[in-house]
Amino acid sequence: MAIAAHEETVHGSGHAHPSDLQYVYVALFLGVVTGAEIVLGYRHPNALIIGSLLTLMVIKFATVALWFMHLRFDSLLFRRFFLTGILLAAGVYIAIMMTAFQFFGNDTTSVPLNKIPPPARITR
Amino acid sequence: MTDTIVHAPIPDQSEGHHTSTGLSNEKLAMWAFLGSECLLFGGLISVFLIYRNKPVGVGPKVSQIYDIPFTSVSSFVLLMSSLTMVLALAGIQRGDHRRARIWILTTAALGATFVAGQVYEFTSFVREGLGYTTNLQSSAFYTLTGFHGVHVTIGIIMLLSLYTLSLRGNLPTEKAETVEIVGLYWHFVDVVWILIFTVVYLIHP
Amino acid sequence: MALTEERPLLELTAGDDEVRQPLGSFRRPTSTTGWRSWITTVDHKRIGILYGATALTFFAIGGLEALLIRAQLAQPNGQVLSPERYNQAFTMHGTTMVFLVIMPMLAAFANYLIPLQIGARDVAFPRLNALSFWIFLFGGLFLYSGAVLDQIADNGWFNYAPNSGVLYSPGHGIDFWTLGLQIAGIASLLGAVNLIVTCINMRAPGMTLMRMPIFTWMALVAQFLLLFAIPVITVALFLLMFDRLFGGNFFVVQKGADPLMWQHLFWIFGHPEVYILVLPAFGIVSEVIPVFARKPLFGYPFMVFSGIAIGFMGWGVWAHHMFASGAGPVTVAAFSLSTMFIAVPTGVKIFNWIGTLWGGKLQFTTAMCFAIALVSQFTIGGLSGVTHSISPSDWQQTDTYYIVAHFHYVLFGGSVFGIFAGFYFWWPKVFGRCLDEKIGKIHFFTWLIGFNLTFGPMHVLGLQGQPRRTATYADGMGWNLMNLLSSIGAFTIGVGFLIFIFNVVKSRNNVVTDPDPWDARTLEWATSSPPPAHNFDISPTVSSLDEWWHRKYELGDDHKLHRREHPESFTAATPPENIHLPSPSYWPLIIAAGLPFIGWGLIYSYWLAGFGGLLTFVGIYGLVLEPSVDPDAGHHGHADTHDTHEPEPAAVVAGAAEAEEDADQ
Repeated sequence: MAIAAHEETVHGSGHAHPSDLQYVYVALFLGVVTGAEIVLGYRHPNALIIGSLLTLMVIKFATVALWFMHLRFDSLLFRRFFLTGILLAAGVYIAIMMTAFQFFGNDTTSVPLNKIPPPARITR
Repeated sequence: MTDTIVHAPIPDQSEGHHTSTGLSNEKLAMWAFLGSECLLFGGLISVFLIYRNKPVGVGPKVSQIYDIPFTSVSSFVLLMSSLTMVLALAGIQRGDHRRARIWILTTAALGATFVAGQVYEFTSFVREGLGYTTNLQSSAFYTLTGFHGVHVTIGIIMLLSLYTLSLRGNLPTEKAETVEIVGLYWHFVDVVWILIFTVVYLIHP
Repeated sequence: MALTEERPLLELTAGDDEVRQPLGSFRRPTSTTGWRSWITTVDHKRIGILYGATALTFFAIGGLEALLIRAQLAQPNGQVLSPERYNQAFTMHGTTMVFLVIMPMLAAFANYLIPLQIGARDVAFPRLNALSFWIFLFGGLFLYSGAVLDQIADNGWFNYAPNSGVLYSPGHGIDFWTLGLQIAGIASLLGAVNLIVTCINMRAPGMTLMRMPIFTWMALVAQFLLLFAIPVITVALFLLMFDRLFGGNFFVVQKGADPLMWQHLFWIFGHPEVYILVLPAFGIVSEVIPVFARKPLFGYPFMVFSGIAIGFMGWGVWAHHMFASGAGPVTVAAFSLSTMFIAVPTGVKIFNWIGTLWGGKLQFTTAMCFAIALVSQFTIGGLSGVTHSISPSDWQQTDTYYIVAHFHYVLFGGSVFGIFAGFYFWWPKVFGRCLDEKIGKIHFFTWLIGFNLTFGPMHVLGLQGQPRRTATYADGMGWNLMNLLSSIGAFTIGVGFLIFIFNVVKSRNNVVTDPDPWDARTLEWATSSPPPAHNFDISPTVSSLDEWWHRKYELGDDHKLHRREHPESFTAATPPENIHLPSPSYWPLIIAAGLPFIGWGLIYSYWLAGFGGLLTFVGIYGLVLEPSVDPDAGHHGHADTHDTHEPEPAAVVAGAAEAEEDADQ
């Protein structure tokens, strides 16, 4: 699955890690983004606000994963494991939510009964 | 995006990783476990999102009683614990064990602050009339955030164990990877909260 | 011998000399024979045998439940079981067969074979492996412990909410079911992590991914499915548990809960689960058929990639279990299409098996018979499966015996036949004894006939409208004959199982001296039977797919294959001394023993849960702090410069996080 294309690649466990100061900068960045999120959170939630909140969330998520979890420096295999989980989760759960939120139309009875066309011909 | 994967040679023998891919078994196992956890939290979050839009029969809606400033502070605390965690790892990798211990303890303390905040939040919600059994939203909310809280608690227990191991001299620099792996778990718990903070607390139609 | 220097991979987790007596309590177990050695073993081969023996026991139990069902339905207005007992019988039959038979049986094969097939000394985390087994065993025992108190689940193996809520299922049966499956789920998750890391990281030099034996590949795909599917059912089980024990509202429709929530969560797990059950069986058959067709597997890369494709597509078809739930036209259309598509990679496999058989010098051993039976019977089940993708037809068939017929053709005709092909094939490797071929043939034909007699008529019954999960049927519905035939078939299968058990008992005297009696292809046949604890005396190196076969045969000048006189195997006259195997341990058993107490405690008294939680908690620390190689075990008589890196703790702590969740909830 995630490793299908990963044939015998040797990645080191990353010796070029950032310095402490760089980590602090990353944390500061995260703090600033969180501040922006909180400010946005108080605005009336229209599509733009929700979109920017979700974008900021993804940025924070990726920053922590790439820097603090060292995915930026570590083997691609780790990234693939994590991404497989994230993408599968996103796929199946978004599908459920679409069904539940009636994006797909949750039940057939929402079509008024008299609007359902009669079957063309019934053969017995 | 430029790929800055470090293509280092096979790690030297002293690291003790002699595997087909050159990657450590334990780290690979942790990443596999975290991949699995994505589906656990994904499920809990989506259950909450689906039930949040249902009308409540009794009790308040969760979104009516959020204390956003308070939650923001505790989110910030958890976020910063990721920084201290990574500093602890950097410390132990340098062989600076005293500093590593301090950062490990700080991380655990920040985590404990977060959990304490959550306990406070839960009790104040209950005082506002939102118990676990009150309505659909409350069950989903407490389960999701409670699961996360339990994960943080497990993380704190692991951190305190690391601290004790280190104090007794059982966590030499060669075992820095143990700290790294606990750190991965810790950061994962943090990124899950990043999701929860945004989709549960900040975005509420 | 400088083994560890040439092949450092095989040096397993080395000891930590600083912590001698973890928690200062237990003496470490040292015995290598007797019951004590079995309950403390961390050897993947013994753990595999334990899995297999446990699963066979549950197979007998689940089979008896099936016979009860068929006895009840043999005639109209059956009086063998009360309707309540009937509900319990089919629920426990399904649950047992899926979670306590086929899954652990495939875990048995995976545990036993993967390290041997990839040329490793053991799995990546041998102690975690033992933990998985014991957790599974205690989960199964917990699931059945409700029977002592007459608290048995009665809601079908997929346990639909809201019917499984407190309102409609007020007893504790569902609680035992929910908690039991949660415990078993921890075992599967730990096992999945372990085997994935093993396949990726523990391969012998030269064993690239595309040289891995096909069984290992299919088991690996199944482990990935487990890794990602188990958390989904864990969510569902937790929500149901919170509903039932703590008054949550997740499935309480009166409070506005979505009645489809459980179905979605269950089937997101449930459909990958179907492939978890069948892919390793496909792998077994893909090993057996080339050996007895005397040909390499036709289209090995296609087999690998179709397996991976099935693994991925298995995530996009779950709602075809819910066509009749009113899921809406777009949902139904989308999932109909994806269901039709998933037949394609499965079809690729069928054709590749036929391609392997085509033109081969077929040897109809019992294992081969079972393997061919899988190909044909699974195809029938697969075809009836495709009929479900046409949703109007599915609406007609839903909840009838047609469905029962379909999934038994897939799971019995697929998984179980595959498993028994594996039994007959690997029995000489595992035990150094052969199952009798003549009795095996009798077993095979009894099963083939019994199986088709049982489940074939169910197609007809389903199309005639007989509903499943209904305790009786009236006379005069036109169902009598088919039901009687089906019941006769079921008892024929029961007789066949007894024949198999007889064969097993009889095999004790049937010692085989040849470690490679089938002239097979993969690495496990290149070591002695049964393999030594360290698997290979000489560390394997691999240069081709079907490595062992290539070592045995060479192309002569006359362009014909010649068998080499003395192929280079991995056994040595004097066993090597320099191999570190992890020492046995009590802690996995102790950790696992705490979990059922947590379960009983959650149902009856929190004190009990506290005790169980404490046991598990202490056990986890015991396991983590215990050096994986006992420094006092006495095989340190050599100057060895291994590092003191003791890699297990973090992974165990982390892996056990799931276990602790139970403790903390």
